[in-house]
Amino acid sequence: MNSNGTTTIELPTYKASDFASDQDVRWCPGCGDYAVLTGIRKALAKMPNKKEDYVFVSGIGCAARFPYYMETYGLHSIHGRSLAVATGVKMANPDLQVCIVSGDGDLLSIGGNHTLHALRRNIDLTIVLLNNEIYGLTKGQASPTSEVGKVTKSTPLGSVDQPINPLAFALASGATFVARSVDVDLKNFDVVYKRAMEHKGAALIEVYQDCNIFNHAIWFYASQKDTKADTTIVLEHGKPMVFGKDKDKGLRMIGSGFEVVELGGTYTEDDLWVHDETDRRVAFMLCQLEHPDFPEPLGVLYADTAKASHGMRIHQQLESELARPDAGDLQAMINGRSTWEIHG
Amino acid sequence: MSPKTNGAVAEAPLESVVIRFCGDSGDGMQLAGDQFTNTSALFGNDVATFPDFPAEIRAPRGTTYGVSAFQLQFSSNDIFTPGDTINAMVAMNPAGFKVNIDSVEDGGIVIVNSDEFDKGSLEKCGYEAGYNPLEDDAVSRKYKVFKVPMSRLTRESLAESSMGAKDIDRCRNMFALGISYWLYERPLEATIEHINTYYGVKKKRPEVAEANVKALKAGYFFGETAELFPSRYTVAPAKLEPGTYRRISGNEATAMGLVTAASKAGKKLFYGSYPITPASDILHTLAHLEHMNVLTFQAEDEIAAICSAIGAAFAGDIAATGTSGPGLALKSEALGLAVIYELPLVVVDVQRAGPSTGMPTKTEQADLLQAMFGRHGECPCIILAASSPADCYERAIEAVRLAVRHMCPVILLTDGSVANGAEPWKLPNIADIPAIKIEHPVHAGMAGEKFEPYVREPKTLARPWALPGTKGLEHRLGGLEKQMRTGAVSYDPDNHHEMIQLRANKVEKAADTIPPLTVRGNSSGDTLVLGWGGTYGTITSAGDKLRAMGRDVSTAHLHHLNPFPSNLGEVLGSFKRVIIPEINSGQLRMLIRAKYLVDVIGFNDVNGRGFFIDDLAERIVAVMDH
Ligand code: SF4
Repeated sequence: MNSNGTTTIELPTYKASDFASDQDVRWCPGCGDYAVLTGIRKALAKMPNKKEDYVFVSGIGCAARFPYYMETYGLHSIHGRSLAVATGVKMANPDLQVCIVSGDGDLLSIGGNHTLHALRRNIDLTIVLLNNEIYGLTKGQASPTSEVGKVTKSTPLGSVDQPINPLAFALASGATFVARSVDVDLKNFDVVYKRAMEHKGAALIEVYQDCNIFNHAIWFYASQKDTKADTTIVLEHGKPMVFGKDKDKGLRMIGSGFEVVELGGTYTEDDLWVHDETDRRVAFMLCQLEHPDFPEPLGVLYADTAKASHGMRIHQQLESELARPDAGDLQAMINGRSTWEIHG
Repeated sequence: MSPKTNGAVAEAPLESVVIRFCGDSGDGMQLAGDQFTNTSALFGNDVATFPDFPAEIRAPRGTTYGVSAFQLQFSSNDIFTPGDTINAMVAMNPAGFKVNIDSVEDGGIVIVNSDEFDKGSLEKCGYEAGYNPLEDDAVSRKYKVFKVPMSRLTRESLAESSMGAKDIDRCRNMFALGISYWLYERPLEATIEHINTYYGVKKKRPEVAEANVKALKAGYFFGETAELFPSRYTVAPAKLEPGTYRRISGNEATAMGLVTAASKAGKKLFYGSYPITPASDILHTLAHLEHMNVLTFQAEDEIAAICSAIGAAFAGDIAATGTSGPGLALKSEALGLAVIYELPLVVVDVQRAGPSTGMPTKTEQADLLQAMFGRHGECPCIILAASSPADCYERAIEAVRLAVRHMCPVILLTDGSVANGAEPWKLPNIADIPAIKIEHPVHAGMAGEKFEPYVREPKTLARPWALPGTKGLEHRLGGLEKQMRTGAVSYDPDNHHEMIQLRANKVEKAADTIPPLTVRGNSSGDTLVLGWGGTYGTITSAGDKLRAMGRDVSTAHLHHLNPFPSNLGEVLGSFKRVIIPEINSGQLRMLIRAKYLVDVIGFNDVNGRGFFIDDLAERIVAVMDH
């Protein structure tokens, strides 16, 4: 305690390298996962939490190797189940910072049900979904995000299945924080990851991740210097939706949909839609804007900070029950409501 | 015999009575049976119950597959089972009569609601057109049949009630209960109190409470005044061990055992579960015990249920999940994860008849081999089995104790009959239950040393349970094979071989603290009848009976299926002959034969119900005299 009676907790200061475990990173050269690993280590170094309070959880897949590379607590679980495991960790100890890193197959196919339920319960977790639209670890089959017509090892004639839109799925499931980033865009990732970790509830970040081996360059339109300014739009709360290399384009709302307009002629910034990240209905529209007809939104599409997270509610319930006069009384519990005596 | 009111005579006190209430699943038979049980337990009898209901919540009215029944035995002796043959049956409709009449003893009492034996209802349950068993001389010669127009009498007794006809008809079960209370001289107070608290206070429907009490009394007074029954019967209180008792079902006992263990370990209990018959009552019971530092989590599926428990165990809770056979199958991959993580976890499997959906409300002991081997790779767990409703309490505590002692999952097998059955339970003194000591490491060891999460305590082979939030012990667990000390991913061939052995040895180590198997009867001799799980009552009763007849039969019951008690081989070797009755096709027999090379004889009835004492005794004698 210091002289004015408040306790100051000295938080250790970290470098990104403090979060690197002694394990060799084994992703393929050029894999987009490397950038995300760097991004997360850097982001954590700047956050006001203790290293020992982080738990990284994953399922199965290339992305799911993530926890092994973090010098934090971690669980590499089984295929699809990361969110169920993470839910248990968080419920047992709400003081832990729990982050899930896994892929599109893991979180949307075999684990789709858990993603749905973790989001609707609004468990205080951060989910980083590395979307490469392919199964990498099993060597190149179609994933639930692969586009129609995609030729893969398991779909030689082209995939016939409709892909799932991760962010639309998340919003429909009741996610209270939805964001998007691109693997190599560390600047944007840093912003959304930090906000997602701070968010008290279920936060999902979709990361466009390049699988250098089985699905290379699918996100290049959104990741390469020469194109990204025109093919993506970085959302900022309260700001008009301007994009383009020369900031000369924008999104306008007409009727019930968005329209791309050129600025400088008929339209000015005043005509553009102002991003309101608390507007769930618009977030649902935004996440469905697709290249090449529209710029694809990056950044925070939706954030509802008002909804209490599952953790807060459940531990409030627990605390009030633990305040009961009979709390913890084992003898009273086993005695139950009616007992009788047998005399010798 | 002494004269009684209305000319009914009091017969000499009976030792035990088995009574079965049956009717449509909407007829409130479970409630009636439950109340009879409570009243008898409070009266001081020993009781054992067998609720027997269809999986359908409301099967079509009047059909045989919609019949719900509740059987109980109440006795002035120590009893272990709900009884074989029925001494008295209360049948609310023809379907209930048809399904259950063959289990009633010759000369047994059969009380029927005669109003329901109309043409339509008789045909609906499959009686031939024109046939009415109540008019069949063969039936009335064989049983003491009492035809009571219960529907009409209930309606008449509630003529002044403001309730609708449907609600009034719902009180028929209380009328029937009233009759049986009169017949066996049971007091009404406990049931009246229950009705008033349940309907009057909890459901805030005093008119329903009033009507039920009225119907109960009307049934009782009907017995007294109708001069229908020539005799009344009494069953004196049992000479149970002195102490404080309550009535307990297996699922309640399991739940409270888990809570007790967590509390004795100074920890929160986390219970992740997905609703499944017949295990859901564990979840329900625990959901009401949050004030005992319990968090329940109704997961989205069986897999999430166990995975959440694994996560909670990692974070430091006493973690458990409960299910039945189909759910255990779904959990098997995650159970393998818990085995390789080496985290403490309790998995309760309330076994039911399989395969697949099978017969959800019927009992079976057919998950033993699933518990032993139902995972990929070599993936051993400690396996315990509860032998009676009250035994579930101790078994659950032991499961937690072993799980944390050896840092591994423990499967606790109960079954439908144990889980839903109830018996008087002599309450333990909580202070006598030893604490469960857990030490979480707080630093890595020597200064500068790196924490090694897979270094073992030599006595138990347990690895350290280091909790997230502890500075300096950051580590990763994964499903990939681990280097023996560091826990880092390893594909080294020798290391894998050694880890496989280590995980198996660790489970074997549990035998060090498992109590030796005790034998009831002579400790060596002609025949040993060995059982496990819910058949305890039947096997013990059959053995006691045969010994009383002078036969050289001993019984023993296994609560530990993996590892076995260390003296099991010795016990088996002390008898000329070993018989294992099981409600499966010979699963324990297979394990015993494989491990001890003993040529065990199996009695295997896979009928969703299990054995009857007399039948079992006869079969044992037949083998001995062969
Ligand atoms: S297969 Fe693709 S996703 Fe997997 S590590 Fe290689 S590049 Fe990365």
